[in-house]
Amino acid sequence: MSRRGDDPKALPRDGRDLTGDALHERLSLTWCTQPGFWGWLTTVDHKLVGRRYIFTALVFLVLGGILALMMRVQLARPENGLISADRYNQIFSMHGTTMMFLFAVPVMEAMAVYIIPLMLGTRNIAFPRLNAFSYWVFLFGGIMIWVAFLFNVGPEAGWFSYVPLAGPQFSPGKRTDFWAQMITFTEVAALATSVELVATIMKQRAPGMSLNRMPLFAWGVLVTSLMVIFAMPAVMLSSSFLIADRLVGTQFYNPTEGGDALLWQHLFWFFGHPEVYIIFIPALGFVSQITETFTRRPVFGYAAMVLALVSIGILAFGLWVHHMFATGLPRLGYSFYTAASMMIALPSGVQIFCWIATMWAGRPRFTVPMLWVIGFIVTFVIGGLTGVMVASVPLDLQLHDTYFVVAHFHYVLIGGAVFPLLGAITFWFPKFSGRMMDETLGKLSFVIGFIGFHLTFFPMHFTGLMGMPRRVYTYPSDIGWNMLNMISSIGAFVFASALLLFMANAIVSYRKGLLSGSNPWEASSLEWAVPSPPPPYNFAHIPVVEGRTPLWDAGGTLSVVTGLRVEDRELLLTTAIDAEPDLREPSPLPTIWPLLSAIALTALFIGSIFNPWAIVWGAIPLALALIVWFWPKGPPEAEPVIE
Amino acid sequence: MRRPPLLIAALLLGGCSGEQSALDPAGVHSGAVLNLFGLFFWVCLIAFALVIGFLVIAMLQARRVDAARSERSEHDAIASRLLRGWIVFIIAGLLVLTLGSYFTDRNLALAAPDTGQSNRVPIRIKLTGQQWWWQVEYEDPNASQQIRTANELHLPVGVPVHIRLESIDVIHSFWVPNLAGKQDMIPGRHNDIELLPTRAGHYRSQCAEFCGLQHAHMALDVVIEPMADWLKWRAQSLQPAKAPATAEEKAGYAYFMEHQCSACHSIAGTPAFGTVGPDLTHFASRPSIGAGTVPNTRGHLEAWIADPQGMKEGNHMPYLAVPPDKLHALGAYLRSLS
Amino acid sequence: MCSRSLAGSAVMAMLLLSACQREQRESRGQPLAETAPTFVQLPSVLIAGSQPAPADPRGKLYEGNAYHISEGQRLFEQFNCSGCHAHGGGDIGPPLMDDEWRYGGQSDQIVASIAYGWPNGMPSFADKLTEQQMWQIAAYVRSMSGNVPKDVASSRADELASTPPLTRTPQQPIKGEPGGGLQGVAP
Repeated sequence: MSRRGDDPKALPRDGRDLTGDALHERLSLTWCTQPGFWGWLTTVDHKLVGRRYIFTALVFLVLGGILALMMRVQLARPENGLISADRYNQIFSMHGTTMMFLFAVPVMEAMAVYIIPLMLGTRNIAFPRLNAFSYWVFLFGGIMIWVAFLFNVGPEAGWFSYVPLAGPQFSPGKRTDFWAQMITFTEVAALATSVELVATIMKQRAPGMSLNRMPLFAWGVLVTSLMVIFAMPAVMLSSSFLIADRLVGTQFYNPTEGGDALLWQHLFWFFGHPEVYIIFIPALGFVSQITETFTRRPVFGYAAMVLALVSIGILAFGLWVHHMFATGLPRLGYSFYTAASMMIALPSGVQIFCWIATMWAGRPRFTVPMLWVIGFIVTFVIGGLTGVMVASVPLDLQLHDTYFVVAHFHYVLIGGAVFPLLGAITFWFPKFSGRMMDETLGKLSFVIGFIGFHLTFFPMHFTGLMGMPRRVYTYPSDIGWNMLNMISSIGAFVFASALLLFMANAIVSYRKGLLSGSNPWEASSLEWAVPSPPPPYNFAHIPVVEGRTPLWDAGGTLSVVTGLRVEDRELLLTTAIDAEPDLREPSPLPTIWPLLSAIALTALFIGSIFNPWAIVWGAIPLALALIVWFWPKGPPEAEPVIE
Repeated sequence: MRRPPLLIAALLLGGCSGEQSALDPAGVHSGAVLNLFGLFFWVCLIAFALVIGFLVIAMLQARRVDAARSERSEHDAIASRLLRGWIVFIIAGLLVLTLGSYFTDRNLALAAPDTGQSNRVPIRIKLTGQQWWWQVEYEDPNASQQIRTANELHLPVGVPVHIRLESIDVIHSFWVPNLAGKQDMIPGRHNDIELLPTRAGHYRSQCAEFCGLQHAHMALDVVIEPMADWLKWRAQSLQPAKAPATAEEKAGYAYFMEHQCSACHSIAGTPAFGTVGPDLTHFASRPSIGAGTVPNTRGHLEAWIADPQGMKEGNHMPYLAVPPDKLHALGAYLRSLS
Repeated sequence: MCSRSLAGSAVMAMLLLSACQREQRESRGQPLAETAPTFVQLPSVLIAGSQPAPADPRGKLYEGNAYHISEGQRLFEQFNCSGCHAHGGGDIGPPLMDDEWRYGGQSDQIVASIAYGWPNGMPSFADKLTEQQMWQIAAYVRSMSGNVPKDVASSRADELASTPPLTRTPQQPIKGEPGGGLQGVAP
């Protein structure tokens, strides 16, 4: 009998004979993370990294939300002297930065990091050490910008930091430098997770899970990750140019010397528009999984749904100039972007239809996740329609940079991404924790949240049409915006209380919720085949898939393949399209080197805010850490034991 | 849902009229855009109603328990047909909206004076955005007919106006919601905007691109008046500044010329020719001080001079510590500059 | 763990909130400025046999603050200092980016130069600038010769490039010629 602490390689080679509990114990030994704080620092288990990633992103949600409440308190009354201009500018810049870079993208990636390997039937994510590294880089970048904010060095030029305002002449000090460097941190983290997710989805699917049988959430994550890989470099480039302008006096954004203020806008929005779809598409995946489960049938129109996801992903790269309609670019070019921005409504509309058709043709159960999906449909459609409005150039010239746009993007981001996220957290909470969230509290948070959200943001459509621009720390008392702003401010507190209720529900249920078992919702995808929470090795045997809804098709007994080692960490790689078994691939053991590399990278990045030589000197410890990390392990032992 | 009552409430509370409102057009461009908005609103409302209608039907159908397999494939077939119809509806709707948008744009471009469609000589203005005020120059081939002012725009009804937009520091955006959409003022580039006011009134414009500390206090007073009144204003503006008459005004004049005021501000016809701050030649006829920060009254003016940083923190007029008697004199002089 | 460490750094940071002098934006005058310069004696460099006066502590406050240096740069352009001094290289007036200071190179001495003017062409700005503005210009002038902390100055302005980036000014100041400038005469 093996015990925790035994070296798996010293045990007898009886893997072929192991079944049941003995197999589970041996696999746990091989795949477990070391106990205690050291284990916490060195783990490469996607579930543990994913959980802490989600938790950290939600902490940033709370911090960003507190900033939003401060803004709403300031704007509740006209000519309010509560917050000074400088502080308010930092607050709204930090609010946008935190929500976009530290909450929205990381939380979607983190949910994918946790769920995708389970949903695809594999034991760990691809490149698990890179996964750990990504978390540390994200954490350090987020801490850096927040500590900077608390030291009065937070960004002050908005979350998209236009030049020349963010340039060396008009943004003195180091505020914008910290912001630009935070971009680098979060983009490295996002690129790392995207690469892992693409590799996992393309090569580690369970045998039989051909691309046309893959769950829609996995499709969404695949499209999102490819978008990240293509979009993030644009913002890394633009922020690096900005750092260079500010640190060493390059002329990228100096019009007098041949640079261009609009270069920033093009590069930023080439990233910035796909960014919002990067946030939105995983949420569409959540909605598909939840709808399928709670209507007890597969989502209607699988092919249409996949095509819609892919076309959104591609089209998203052709829209960025719609953020620049007021800059005076040629009108003919603008018409192209109007057309493209309108076109992207088509795949979104198709998806909405398919979900509602699934409900209509299925047997819906209105559990809390399903309520959030309904809230999503109502809210996101409104946001999408106001998006169609601002896609038109003449209309946008009135609505751009007003509270109408603030209303639009909060409708699509909160309605389109946060509502599905809250549904998804409720849905997968049993899998994360082994317990159910409280249903009554969940319904209450939904109702209060829905009301609070609309109370906050619906009046902003009017405020914008009535002339209130964005990013103003106060407004005159005689224009007529007073009541609308007061309503928005009250709504903000209502919405915040709903979110607090949700989080309290999660925290309390984590300890005291009803035990859930492995498939409390009777869902169809593979992650529900394993215990809740899953063991470190996910699956004792890799499952075989024969349809789009494996657990429903299998009817109680899921076919598996056998043959992976039990004393070494090993995964099964399958072919990219048809998922036929292909290779056995070793998976790395826990290691401290991702953390040390992240620390070295952090020192390099933070140093380079103050001195360009930090890049040179900081590269040395980073190179050393990476060399140790990537030092090749010897080949696996010569005597493979085939189970 | 709570939307309809909120809609009504907002309309009652805010009203559709306003001095800085896109819902209250006083010009050709904003009128056309509001009509376009109406088209978009109705098309989008129909789309929304269809979606919500389908959703409600789907939710109500939930009461059907245990649909048989054959019924499900029937539903799927119906849904397939509906999906095709929905796609056609979306494409048609987007086409209507795109064409509506295109034609609005085209009509507005044709209404612009520079294409030669209008046979009235347009008024040409150059507007330079700076942190955090507006320099306004009425251009004219005859240099002595050029007007330079700040933070206010006077226009006659019914005459096309061409404004060249520039910036000397960061990106600003010129936007008079009652008259037209916005255009950015980008350093290193110039942009153009046409306006064609159709109704007299006092309106307010506000910078619409975040430009730093006091972006919230960078507004412009727009006065649209009948042609006769506008010509009077123009004639008045072409005059040099009124000479100080009373002893107090003379004391204010003397203080102005001898101290920091004249280093930054200019007053036509006096030794003050500073270009750093707004021109003050006809300051007294301006509706507001500090680019729309406070109304132009005696109390506000003296408070502004006494402590500009208190009213608009970070703006480029420094704290001056003017002695109190000189403060009154300065106020008197500036209020005489009508 | 994350929330606790964030909370911990937050408390610590709040306590140190006012310590970061570089980033403060004080537009009303820190220290509070009067309109006319308060000192009346001539800078000691011109009085034979005098000891150099201790530097006015306000100099360090302005030189260590990025906002004031940025304002100084704006005023330098707006009040046409570059008309005589170019962007530090000197033209009719002496260069400002070297280590040769005819009338003293400490901030308070530069303020005195701006306020009182000098024969041979330097105008008096006492009636044109407030004292805070003069301190801001002096801080900017000091940044041209690398005499401010490196993280405080901006690298460049959005203009024609006429100086090396001020964030990379050499540790050793540029050697100046005594009596530099067209009309310079050695004191």
